[in-house]
Amino acid sequence: MKELVRAAAVIARRDFIATVWSKTFLFFLIGPLFPIVFAFVFTAMGTRSDEAASRPVVAVLAPAHVAADLQAAEAMLRARLGERALPELSYQRTDRPSDEQAARLLADKAHPVSAVLSVGGVPSLSAPPLQLRALRGELSLLLDVAARDHALGEAAPAATDIRLVETASSVGFENTGRHAVARGGQLVLVMLTMILAGMLLSNLIEEKSNKVIEVLAAAVPVDAIFLGKLVAMLGMSMVGIAVWGGGATAALLIAGPPIATLPVPAVGWPAYALLGIAYFTASYLLLGALFLGIGAQASTVREVQTMSMPVTMGQLVVFAFASSVVADPDGRVAMAATIFPWSSPFAMLARAAQDGAIWPHLLAIVWQALWIALIIRLAAKAFRRSVLKSGRSGRRGWFRKASPTR
Amino acid sequence: MLPSLRPASTVGMFEGKTSVPSSPAIWPPAISATGLIKDFGGRRVVDGIDLAVPPGSIYGVLGPNGAGKTTTLRMLLGIIDPDGGERQLLGETSPLKAARKVGYLPEERGLYPAMPAREAIAFMGALRGLPLAEGRRRAARLLEEHGLGHAAGRPIRTLSKGMAQTVQLLGTIIHEPQVLVLDEPFSGLDALNQGRLEALIRAQAARGATILFSTHVIAHAERLCERIAIIAGGRLRFEGSVEEARDRLRPRVRLGTRAADGAWRAALPAAAIHAEGVWQFELPETGIEPLLRALIDGNAGIETLSIERPGLHDAFVAIAGAAAAEQLEVSAAGEVLP
Repeated sequence: MKELVRAAAVIARRDFIATVWSKTFLFFLIGPLFPIVFAFVFTAMGTRSDEAASRPVVAVLAPAHVAADLQAAEAMLRARLGERALPELSYQRTDRPSDEQAARLLADKAHPVSAVLSVGGVPSLSAPPLQLRALRGELSLLLDVAARDHALGEAAPAATDIRLVETASSVGFENTGRHAVARGGQLVLVMLTMILAGMLLSNLIEEKSNKVIEVLAAAVPVDAIFLGKLVAMLGMSMVGIAVWGGGATAALLIAGPPIATLPVPAVGWPAYALLGIAYFTASYLLLGALFLGIGAQASTVREVQTMSMPVTMGQLVVFAFASSVVADPDGRVAMAATIFPWSSPFAMLARAAQDGAIWPHLLAIVWQALWIALIIRLAAKAFRRSVLKSGRSGRRGWFRKASPTR
Repeated sequence: MLPSLRPASTVGMFEGKTSVPSSPAIWPPAISATGLIKDFGGRRVVDGIDLAVPPGSIYGVLGPNGAGKTTTLRMLLGIIDPDGGERQLLGETSPLKAARKVGYLPEERGLYPAMPAREAIAFMGALRGLPLAEGRRRAARLLEEHGLGHAAGRPIRTLSKGMAQTVQLLGTIIHEPQVLVLDEPFSGLDALNQGRLEALIRAQAARGATILFSTHVIAHAERLCERIAIIAGGRLRFEGSVEEARDRLRPRVRLGTRAADGAWRAALPAAAIHAEGVWQFELPETGIEPLLRALIDGNAGIETLSIERPGLHDAFVAIAGAAAAEQLEVSAAGEVLP
C-alpha cells in the first residue's frame, strides 16, 4: 500500500506539473471566460436592440379630450406598473377616427406603428392577429382606467400608497431560493465533472502515443498509474475551480446583488462549498475512472470519442435522474438517485441545499468512496488487459485485434 | 528442462565477457522462467519458454521479429501476466515487487516530449524509488559523462533521436539496478551509438548487474553474451552458452590437396564434398590426427588445411531451422550491423 501511494505520488506530481506549468493550461483557465463574456456581450446587445424592437408603437386616434383622459390614465399606469407595462403610445387627435385612417397609419412606412387604437365611439384596435392578442389586455386596461376616472371626475379616489415592511426572509422565498441553489449546484457540478473528467481521456491517449505507458507499467503497479493520473487531474481541476470560483466570487462582490439578498442553502454556504468540493471529487473520480478504463481500450482519439459518447449521454441521464431530488427529496426516485453511485454526488448536493442535516452526507461520502475504490480497481484491470496487451484470449479491448508479438 | 551450464573455466574466455556462475543450483538465477505461456486472441504466441539468467551475466534472447521475445520479456518483468508457467525476478514471483532493482528499456522508446532531459532521467529513477533530488544529481553527472551535459535542460522533443535514446537508457540505469532488461536496445542506432551502447552494457555488467537483452541481430548476441536463448515461433529452441550453441555443430574442415585421388581418399568422411578444388567436411569424431596421418602416408600433398569453428549464425540455422534464420535476416534488414 505504501509503495502504491509512493508510486502514485510520483506519477501524480509529474502529470500535475506537466499540465499546470504548460502554456495550454492558461487557455484552459481562461476558456470558461469566453462563453461568459460572449453571453454578457450578446445579452447587452440583445437587450438594447430588444428595447427598441420589443416595445410596439400603437397609434391612438382620439378626440382631444379623450386623448387627455387616456394620457392621464397612461401616466398613472406607468407609474404603478413600470415604464414597460404599456406599449409606446402615439396620440393623434382627431374628432372622427375612421377605419380608413387606421389603415393608412398601419401602411405608413415613414412612421411605422404596430397597431392603431381608435377611440371615438366604440373603441377598436386594428392590428395583425399576433399583435391583437398581445396588446388587447394592456390597451383594455388603459381604456378602463381612463373611463373610470372620466366617469368619477373629481370624485375619483387618489392613488393609495402601500406601506412597505422589510423582513429578513420568508419560508416561501427560502424554499424557492434553495430550489434554485440545488438546481444551480447540480448543473455546475455536472458541467465541471463532464468537462474535467473528459480531459483524462486526452491525457491517457497522449501517454499511449508517447509510448511512456510501458515504462510506467514496468516500474509501478497499474493501480498506481491510475491513481496518480486521477489525483493529478483532480489537482489540476481543483486549481481551475479555485480560479473560476474566485473569479465568480469577485465578480459577484463587485457587480452582483448584495450578499444578504442571495438565497442560503440549508447547510449554510461554508458547509455547502465544502460538500460541493467533496461531491465534485467523488463524481470526478467515479467518472474519471470510467473514462480511464475507456481510454485504455482505445488507441486513437476517434476511438475514444466513439467509446466515450455513451458514457457522456449516460451522464446526462444520471443528471436528470439526480434532479428528481430537488422536487421531491424523499421520494423513491430521489432515494434511488442518492444510492446509485454515479448520481449520488449530484443528488446529495441538491439535498445539502434543501436539508440542513449533515450526517447523511458523511454516510454518502463513505458510500461513494467505496465505489471509487471498486471502480478504480475494475478500470485498472481493464487497463492491464487492453493497454498492455495482457489477459486471456477473447477478453481483451473491444477495438483491439490480436497483438503481434516481437 | 534447462540444459546444464558449462563450467566457469570454459567461458569468460572471450574479450569483454564476464564469467558465469557454474550452476543455477549453486547460484539461483537472477531471472528465471519455467513453461511460460501466453495467448493473444486465441493464438499462442509464447509456448512453454524456460529460461535461467545467471546473476551478473549478459544474456541474450535471440529470435526473429514475431518470435515472442518482447512478450516473454514483458512477462518476466510483470508488465503482463502469463497464461501459464512460472517466473521469478530476483527471487520474487511477483516481478513488480523487485521493480526498484530493475531497469527496463522497452523496444518502443517512450519519453515525455516536453520534459527536460535531466528531469526525464530523474523521473525514471523516481519511479524506481530513487529520491528526485538524488536523481537530478545523478542525471546531471551521467549526462556529462555521456557528452550530453549541454542538453540537460533541453526538452526531449528538441533532442536528436540518438540523444533521446541515450537519455532513456540513462534513465534505465540511473538507480543502479541489479537487473537490466533491454528490448532490442540496438535497434535504430548508428554504428557509433551501437559501440557506445555495447560499452555501457559491459560497464553495467562489470559493476555486477545482470543484463538481459533481446535482439534479432546475431552479431550482438555473439559479441556480448555468455548465454543465449534462441526463440522462434514462440518456442524455446535453445538455452545455454554461446559456446554450447556453437558446439551443436562439428567444426568444418577445408582441405586442399595436390593429388586428386589416392588411397588417402578412403580416410575422408563419406559426407565430404569436393567443390572448387577444396574438400569440405565436418571434423570427424576421432579428431584430425588419424586423417592427417592417412593424408601424409597416402601422399595426398596437403596444400591447404583449415578447421573452422561454426559461428552463431550457423548454430542458429542448425538449431532453429532455415526458415527461422531467413526470418531473422529479414528482421535485421535495415539495421546497422556491428
